[in-house]
Order: sequence, then C-alpha cells, then structure tokens
Amino acid sequence: MTYIGTATSRVDGHAKVTGTATYAAEAKTTGLVHGSVVTSSIAKGRIVRIDVSDALRVDRVIDVLTHANRPPMADADSGYKDEVAPDGSPFRPLYDDRILFSGQPIALVVAEDPETAQFAASLVRVEYAEEPHVTEMYRRWDDAPALKAVAKPGENPFSPPKPRGNAKAALAAAAVRHQGDYYVPVEYHNPMELYGSTVTYESDGTLTVFDKTQGVQNVQCYLCGVFALAPERVQVLSPFTGGAFGSGLRPQYQVVLAALAALALKRSVRVVLTRQQMYGLGYRPAMIQRIELGAKGDGTLEAMTHDAITMTSQYEHFYRQETGWSGLLYQCPNATYAHRVAPLDLPTPCDMRAPSAATGVYALECAMDELAVALGLDPLELRQRCYSDRDQNTNRPYSSKNLHECYRQGAEAFGWEKRSPEPRSMRDGSELVGWGMATGVWEALQVPIAVRIALTANGHAEVSCATSDIGTGTYTIMAQVAADMLGVPLDQVTIRLGDSTLPQSPVEGGSWIAASVANGIATTSDAIRDELLGLAKQMPNSPLSDIAPGEVVLVDGKLMSARDPARAVSIADTMRHGGIDRIELEKTTRFPKDETHSHNTHSAIFAEVKVDEELGVIRVTRVVSTVAAGRILNTKTASSQILGGVVWGIGMALHEETLLDHTFGRVMNANIAEYHVPVNADIHDIDVIFVDEPDDSINRLGIKGLGEIGIVGVAAAVANAVYHATGKRVRDLPITLDKLLA
Amino acid sequence: MAEPLTRTPKGWDRLSPPSKVAITLHVNDVPRTLTIASWTTLLDALRNDLGLTGTKKGCDHGQCGACTVLVDGRRVNSCLVLAIMMNDARVTTVEGLAKDGALHPVQQAFIDHDAFQCGYCTPGQIMSAVALISEGRARNADEIRELMSGNICRCGAYPRIVAAIQQAMAAMESKP
Repeated sequence: MTYIGTATSRVDGHAKVTGTATYAAEAKTTGLVHGSVVTSSIAKGRIVRIDVSDALRVDRVIDVLTHANRPPMADADSGYKDEVAPDGSPFRPLYDDRILFSGQPIALVVAEDPETAQFAASLVRVEYAEEPHVTEMYRRWDDAPALKAVAKPGENPFSPPKPRGNAKAALAAAAVRHQGDYYVPVEYHNPMELYGSTVTYESDGTLTVFDKTQGVQNVQCYLCGVFALAPERVQVLSPFTGGAFGSGLRPQYQVVLAALAALALKRSVRVVLTRQQMYGLGYRPAMIQRIELGAKGDGTLEAMTHDAITMTSQYEHFYRQETGWSGLLYQCPNATYAHRVAPLDLPTPCDMRAPSAATGVYALECAMDELAVALGLDPLELRQRCYSDRDQNTNRPYSSKNLHECYRQGAEAFGWEKRSPEPRSMRDGSELVGWGMATGVWEALQVPIAVRIALTANGHAEVSCATSDIGTGTYTIMAQVAADMLGVPLDQVTIRLGDSTLPQSPVEGGSWIAASVANGIATTSDAIRDELLGLAKQMPNSPLSDIAPGEVVLVDGKLMSARDPARAVSIADTMRHGGIDRIELEKTTRFPKDETHSHNTHSAIFAEVKVDEELGVIRVTRVVSTVAAGRILNTKTASSQILGGVVWGIGMALHEETLLDHTFGRVMNANIAEYHVPVNADIHDIDVIFVDEPDDSINRLGIKGLGEIGIVGVAAAVANAVYHATGKRVRDLPITLDKLLA
Repeated sequence: MAEPLTRTPKGWDRLSPPSKVAITLHVNDVPRTLTIASWTTLLDALRNDLGLTGTKKGCDHGQCGACTVLVDGRRVNSCLVLAIMMNDARVTTVEGLAKDGALHPVQQAFIDHDAFQCGYCTPGQIMSAVALISEGRARNADEIRELMSGNICRCGAYPRIVAAIQQAMAAMESKP
C-alpha cells in the first residue's frame, strides 16, 4: 500500500489555510435575510405574552416569529426524533408557550441584515409565568432514579454492567481498601465555529440547507419530520464543519428556526447563534462518582463498586455507560455498579468527546492511583498486576489488545523508571514536580455505510459518501484508502461528502467513521475490480483469463495478479476494450456482529506537572500518550487527533467548568473568556506514540478508529501527577489553585 | 388590546438603523468602497459586505482570535473594531496572503505540520502568526506560545502551530 499508514498531509489543507473552505454560515446565496434568536431568561414556566411591536417598528425588520405565529410543525414526538435521540420527548423549538430551560429559543427576529436583526431582537419583551426550577444535581441526590443493570451482555450498551461475585463481602475481606468521591462539572464543547445554518428557499419551494452538523442525512430526515416535507424537498450540505466534538450529532435548534423562517417568509434565511446562546445547547453532563476498591496485599483487585449520578433534562432521558468502563478494564472478580440519573430544568445533555469514558475513567484511574499509594506500589505496576486479556463485563477476549506495549513504550519514552515514589520528592527550582499516569479505554465501533465510486478510463476516481469531516481528516483518509484500493495517485481522487443526497452514512461520531468508511471504500473498490476483471477476461490473450477475483489487485492504473506482477492489463485498455469510459458502482458495507470478542482501543498516558508551591499554579509540562488502536491510516492526522484529545484532557483537569447560578437556573460563564479552555501557553510538550496492534478479525483493514481515545485517562494522569507533586488529592475537577491551596 | 410591554416613547412610529457612511478599505491591496452602517464591525464588513469569509467569527467578543486580520500590518481582532473607524486603512486577510498562487510560508508550514484540524480558527492563527513573525518578539517556543495565546484552537493543535511557526520563521529569515 502506497498511502495507507503514511503521514499524508490533509487533502483539504489548501482550502483551510487560504480561507476558501466554506462553513455553514458562509454559503453563498441570493436574497438572503438574517434571523436573530431571542432566548428565555427563566428556566421553567410559560410565556404569558411576547410583545414584538417595538421590534417590528425597526426599519428593515421583516417579521418576528414566535410560537404564536409560526408555520405548522409536527405535533407528535416522532416528528422530532433524530437518529441519536435518547428516550423521551425531544425539544421543539418555537412549538408552544412552555419554557423548559433558560436559554431556550422563544422568538426569531428576521431582518434584511444581521445587525438590524440583532438590535431588534433586543427590543422583544416577554412576560412569563415562572415556575420553580431545579438545576443543581446535589438537590436530586435522594430522588434520582436508578438505571436497571443489564441482564445479559449487549442488551443495552448504556446500562450499568451486570454485577459479578459478591463485592460487599470481598471488600470487607480485602487487605487494602480505597474509597473516593470524584466530581466532574458540566462541560461545553465550544467548537470554534458558531452554530449556524443558511437555508436557501429555491424557486420551486425546496430547501437547500447548509448546516453545521456531524450528520447531513440526520438533519435532512429530521427537518422532513418537523415540517412534514417530502425527502426530495430538503437537501442538507456540510462540506466543512468548524469543530463539533459531539455537539453536532443531533440537529440543533438554529436549523429548525432557519428552515421555519424560510418556509414562513418564502425567503432564504441565515441564522447564526451567538457564543452565549451556544450554552443553551447540549453539554457533557456533570457526574458525581463514588468508587470503592479492595485489593490483596500484592495489588491484585478483589472487589470494586462504582456508583454514579449524572444529569438529564426533564423531557429526555440521556445517559451513557458511565460505570461500564470500570467494569471492563481490570481483572476483578467481585463488582457492582449503580448509575442514577437526575432530571433537571436544563437542556438535554449530549455526547461530548468520549462521552462517559472521559468522566468514568477519570474516576477509576484516580482511584487506582490512590489504591497504589495505599498499597505502597508503583501506579504502573498496579495496572500491570490487574491487567486483563478479557473484557471483564462480558468475559470475552479482545479482538486485539496491546495495552502492555502502551505501558512499556510510554514508560520508556517518559522515563518513568526515574520517578521517585514519594509525593513532594521531586523539584525543579522553586517548583514541585509530579509524575502521574493513567490508562485509557474506548470502544472500536463500526456502522453500516454506503460508498459510491466512479472510476474513469483516464484514471480519475470520485468517491462519494454522506459522511462528514468535522476536522478529523475524513477527506484525507478516504482519499488515501481509495488511491490504494483503486491503484491511482492520491491527486487523482476526488472525495465528496457532507451532502445528504450522497450514499447513506450515519452521523460521524463515536470514532466509528474511519473504520466504516475505509472498509466501505474497500468493498466498493472490490466491486469495481470485479467488473474490470470481467471485461479484462474477454480481451484477446488476456493474461488474467483464468484468475480468481480475489487474486487480482488494482495497482498503478493496472489490473494485476497479486502474485505475479507480470500478469497485468491497464485499466484504460480494459475499459476501452469493453466499450466504456467509466465504471460507477455503489455498495453498502455491513459489519457482522462478532459475539465472540470485545473490540476496544486502549492507551497509556504519562504526565508531568510543575506546581508553584506558593501560588498553586499548575503547568502540564510533558505528556506522553501511547495508543493501541489497530491500523493507523494516517500517522499525521491520527496523531493530531490524539494530541487534540490530550489538550482536551488537560482542559478537563485544570480549566473547564460551567458555572450555574441555581437561583436563576442559568449558566453564568456563557462565553469563552470565563469558560476556560486551554490556550497555546497552557500546552507544552505532547508526545503521541502509536503501538503496533494488528487486528485480523475486527474488519478487513484492521481499523479501530481514534477520535475519542485521545482524551480518555488524560485528566486522571494530570490529577495523579498533581498529587505526586504536592501530596494533595483534589478529586473535584477542575483542579484550580484555590482547591490546591485550600 | 393588552398594554404593550414596550419601553420606547409614544409617538415613535419607526426606529431606523443608523445611517450609512461611505468608507474605503484597502483590502489585500485592492481599494474597496463600502457604504456601511456605523454599527457594522470590520469583521462583518469583510464577511457580509465584501464576501471575504476567510476571516472567521468565533465569539464576536474578542475572546477567541478567529477574526484576526492585519490592519496596517498590526494584528487586530476585527470583531472589536467598527468598520467606519478603518477608513483608508490597509487590511490584510487570509485571502491576501498567497502571492501568484504560491502559499505564504506560514500557510505552507501549517499544512506541513498539520497545524489545524477543523480549520475554523486557522485563518486567525495564520494572520496572528504572520504578524508575530514580523513583530520579531518571539525567539523561542515559549515566547511563541505566549504571544499566540490570543488565538484559541479547540481542536488542540497548539504544539503543531508552534512547530509550524518555527518552520516559517526559519524559512522567512533565510529568504527575507
């Protein structure tokens, strides 16, 4: 293979560095008008009256749309259910007078220009009938309902694992025990691009929608449901997405408002949210966790309990496998899990980079570090003593698991053996130095996907699929795989994605697209090869006349015997002889369910912090992240993804926190100056290492995917390093200097 | 009819947006005359009035740096300045960096080092980096990090951005 596995630069790089990559709020269209959103200032209640008279008196204002004058929308929940909607009644923007959360959209002011719309939106007055609200998870401590554990593996991937053994008795009998409560606050994705949609109202009444999303077909299907439109009346496009990290999995409300206004006014409409309004979208739910571990004196785990509380809205039941990761990772015969979900008067949470693992593994890996301290054992040594070759939840072996090698290579690159075990024992001038480590785990998922390829006699390939590239590098890996499978140069491959009219793809998320689309390209390429071979066999004196399709590859513009390169014919000649100038085929790839293995990616993270002893300022000076994630398609874009995940983990450990004012039920720091995310000065050396992890059984190309694994465990490694530096254990994130000095 | 919830004085039939003013901006060495309302930011003027959407809006409050452009050679957050204040200014945006089809060394270095993922903060990072290099204040990685901290990259490409700037800096020093 020429391109797969190499450090290929992004094929869309030129567009991105020259400013020609077009994002949702930049789509060119004519006669465009602009919508500005008015949001609720209360968390719960009803709208008694919306007075739009002042807004309508502003020149260049076209209309103000509210629940009272909107065009028809679906009246059943089914109209609003998207591909990844949790159980419950999805939020309906501008549907009725009900207020479900602060920041809920309640009116859209449409004007000839965005400034006028924004000004007029400030003139909309609202009278509410307020009702008491609860936004604080601790106030639901006693009445948050518990989730039922799964009865058999795979039944509901998000339910707590089935208990095993007798954790209570084993804990009581354990030689060494540790118990800790860990807290992660609400976090917001904050992609750099503001949520926005540009809806062109075409002359025949159809809608062309440029949207910020991780799934164009999800949005297309959703809009058809909300407005009872025939599928052919809506096309959704998203050639570029300025970050999403899970926030674009479900359709967001601005696309509903833009489509609604376009239908009401028969005009083309753009709606862009403000950064502040984006704190009225989904978020990573806060999580309170209690972990108890019991071990023998030699460090082998005897018992584990993991109790968690997360939050959801009052209208949808959102949760993920928050406790499942601790169930899976380490050998432990006795374990119980409990997960309760607290309904609050907030928007429904949504998936955010490594949902449930980023938080659940944080708690587990801090608890393991604390257990190591209690045992007087090196934290890395403890992990190795508890190493499991089988998924502890299902008792299945892994299709591949090279975590051992992650530990070995990571420790070596970091210099872990030079660590002095005592806290506060390492210094650099006036700063305390701490070294911490953690394990990461995520699942290797794959989803059914369709890929169309058109290969022309002059050696050009166009590869189409309705997936997205949210910055992950999908354009590039698709081009690499297609070039290798079809035997054409990379610059002769054109990738089309982010268009709902293209072959079927689910949303891009969960790290499942790379494996899915790459194997999808391989499947369709095989079909192209077979058709070419059929033609080649009919050529006079064909060197391939008696060869089986599986023995033929496409290389350098030729159909060639994989065993004997001398037996080959050119693709151009084959097509010419067959009287065609192109072959275009679409195939769907499905991945058979493998009930005999678990499929996961793993990582080992080593972090160094330096802490100013007097001021409590923490710097993460060095991170080594070692990842086992099957075949790596592109070492350049893949390590960028892991690097980004590490930066997120540093933010989670030290910076990110949504502050809610529970009196108003509202986010107080709804901007990116006060909601802190890492900036360049916060980030120092990050070393990403991929270990070899051949996997013959997961899929044909041995790909596992790696968008999520990069963040998992990082916050724990940093927190453990802070403990090692200072001797102070801070269990509620973020670890800010006030907590450290308290 | 219910009592209105309005605050505007009685007798105001229409509220008019601010009147428009004609200004000239020298954008990427091309004089552009605009008739523009006084409340329009330079960012919105570039994106909406001139169609130069390479300059990005990430917060509209000067917090993220995605809208960074050069005004008379200095980097500014274009969301924080009003267009009418920029009459006759020389404005350079990401669209004006490449010359005769050849990428600016900073643009090329960003591709070489994969110094972006989603690409949305990228034009602002690149403009900021171009100005940083001409400022001549950053001599090492630590100083680059500090002086590039007005540009947030949520994809977390920071180490790659630093490496790209170092490459571009070296390339521009050897070919002034």
